[in-house]
Amino acid sequence: MSSETGAERLPPSPSGGHIIRPYGDTTGDGMVQVSFTLPMAHSKVAEGAAAQLAAKMGIEPALVVHAKPMGPDFTFFVVYGRVHHLVDTSLVEVVERDYPLLTPKEVNAAVKRALRRRLTVVGACIGSDAHTVGIDAILNIKGFAGEKGLEYYRELKVVNLGAQVSVPQLVERAREEKADAVLVSQVVTQRDAHLLNTREMSAAFRESYPSDKRPLLIVGGPRFDESAAADLGVDRVFTRGTTPGEVASYLVHQLARKRSAA
Amino acid sequence: MTTRPRTKLDLDPATVKEARALARKTGRPIVTLAKKHTTVAVERATLRLAGLQGADPDGTPWVNRLMDVVRADTGLEHGVALPVWDALRRGEADDLSTLAQKASAGSVTFRLPEGRDADRARRASRAQVAKGIKRIDARRVERERLIKRHGDAPRKPWIYLIVATGDIYEDIPQAQQAAREGADIIAVIRSTGQSLLDYVPEGATREGFAGTYATQENFRLMRAALDESSRELGRYVRLTNYASGLCMPEIAALAGLERLDMMLNDSMYGILFRDINPVRTFVDQRFSRQVHARAGIIINTGEDNYLTTADAVDAAHTVTTSQLLNEYFAKEAGLEDWQLGLGHAFEIDPDVPDSFRLELAHAMLARDLFPNAPLKWMPPTRHMTGDIFKGYLLDGFFNLVGALTGQGILLVGMMTEAVVTPWLSDRDLALQNVRYVMNAAGNLHQDFRPEPDGFIANRARQVLGESVDLMHQILDHEHGLLDAIADGTFGLMKRPADAGRGLDGVAEKSGAYYNPASEILEER
Repeated sequence: MSSETGAERLPPSPSGGHIIRPYGDTTGDGMVQVSFTLPMAHSKVAEGAAAQLAAKMGIEPALVVHAKPMGPDFTFFVVYGRVHHLVDTSLVEVVERDYPLLTPKEVNAAVKRALRRRLTVVGACIGSDAHTVGIDAILNIKGFAGEKGLEYYRELKVVNLGAQVSVPQLVERAREEKADAVLVSQVVTQRDAHLLNTREMSAAFRESYPSDKRPLLIVGGPRFDESAAADLGVDRVFTRGTTPGEVASYLVHQLARKRSAA
Repeated sequence: MTTRPRTKLDLDPATVKEARALARKTGRPIVTLAKKHTTVAVERATLRLAGLQGADPDGTPWVNRLMDVVRADTGLEHGVALPVWDALRRGEADDLSTLAQKASAGSVTFRLPEGRDADRARRASRAQVAKGIKRIDARRVERERLIKRHGDAPRKPWIYLIVATGDIYEDIPQAQQAAREGADIIAVIRSTGQSLLDYVPEGATREGFAGTYATQENFRLMRAALDESSRELGRYVRLTNYASGLCMPEIAALAGLERLDMMLNDSMYGILFRDINPVRTFVDQRFSRQVHARAGIIINTGEDNYLTTADAVDAAHTVTTSQLLNEYFAKEAGLEDWQLGLGHAFEIDPDVPDSFRLELAHAMLARDLFPNAPLKWMPPTRHMTGDIFKGYLLDGFFNLVGALTGQGILLVGMMTEAVVTPWLSDRDLALQNVRYVMNAAGNLHQDFRPEPDGFIANRARQVLGESVDLMHQILDHEHGLLDAIADGTFGLMKRPADAGRGLDGVAEKSGAYYNPASEILEER
């Protein structure tokens, strides 16, 4: 790949510099590779179309190194080329999770260290919602998105009450099990039932527990707003796409905070 | 298929015999237990075989509505057949569907008939259920005819691809495209959580969570679409779904009625990974396997799941043990060797030294232990990290083990596993990978014979030995397998026999119990 057209070289910036561009085999060459499919039969025009797309993506010059028909209507391309964009690492903004993501092993070790017993999680779908898909994805050993559910964690004791559990039942069971955390899932809701149910639930827990003994209250579901925890009276809201590992890591993080505060 | 050289590992025949004897000894009490009990799902499957279809306006299937009323009136322990056909004979309704509607409206009271009334109800129920089973038989003959007409998959392993959009009408074009690209088997992944529903949803469905609901209508639509593809491509394209979860017997019956060709059907998966009650599972399992046997359906067992939760080297013997148990339960239920897609997977951490040799040893052990079963070979998932380039290489090695060990069913690994649901190009690249390996090394097994005392042969012997030890351990429990499941011998999960989902849908059979479907399925 030798496309040195109008090469404007950046000075190497080993220290301090935060302006960079992609690296192929020479500093500042800006080389990238992409692959994509276009919905058209393979032809010279198709290859031209791929080069055009690459150019519009800022890859200039673009080299279509591979074009393969996939059936009569699609063509797959691999393109190499240089981009002229600069990246300023000092301007990168990331939303950091406010707790570290731990492996199951680390979660188990942390629970052991902090509690010297297993951490008990009671989970349920409350109200009329019969969709246990969310709570099961988080709790069942089968898990979600390639991660095992909380049942898989040796140091977590999981009590999954399933669907259509009433708030009083949930509170009673949480007390019986001496739950450290209560997970509530709401998937299918109408007229903001998920918000009403959650408020009812958090109020019931506040009523039946002294404030320092109350288990962590966590709700999850696709309709919730992540920033609404305080408004709903819960400790944390998880939304679509949350994995069991995130929930487990959060539990451990909160637990450690509670301990150090106590 | 070319004749493959058998027993390359020179396993000690006495050990193999012992392993099978132990599996039999472990499994037999479970079969006895299964025979003594029935479940709501077995009874509902019986009603489905008798032709009861459809659902009420809320979507609750009529089989559930009818079952619930019968159960409230006469209990579950006598079975559904006697009270239902007694009511039909008493003229409560002209047919099952009217009876179900009237029963849910509260205008029918069921009783357990006795004497001649019972004999008549028994005969009537048998005659009607026999029609459903006849339909399953006819579907099996139809499959054989279509395979003859269009031709079978051109080679082994059969190439198994997955579709899962949640919408059956999106699944259909995707499945047809996958077949065009070379899939011999299409599996429609089910919606997350369907296994925990205690009813089978009804009709064509367009909304699912990470998969599409298994319904009779979805089965029918997809089978019809693949029949079209089979005609177009000149080879019979097989369809797979899942007979698992709380409705496994009903789904097995629907699969038989709609000519599905393969079903995922594992003896312990629901217990260990879905916390379904062990007794419920074993009873439902036996019935569904009997249906699959009758329908000529190939089952796929779920041993790959053990390796996704435990270390694939440490837990290798649990796979072998589960395969042996699945074989015993399957044969007992009437399945033949060609119907046993015993599962195993390529899940060893690639950073482990000699990981490929270990994989090869494990796969070869499965091949040698079950020389006539079309083993199902599952691709890496745990160590697919998002590095698609490394993943592509790993899938190539997975394919190579498949080629070297004569796997019957190869689930095609995707380099974008754990990244996205497969794109068109992912599938195309994955199939190129399979084709390259099969073309380049498909016959390598003819030249390949592991050193008799080498690493591979020794590892295989070691795993078989550990499997024998594990079965001894299981048998040391007072109640054998049930206690072993309860104390967490399998996987990490403790699943006691008196807990888990669906337990309230289990009853010990009374002396009066009758089930025409079981009776017909047992006569073989």
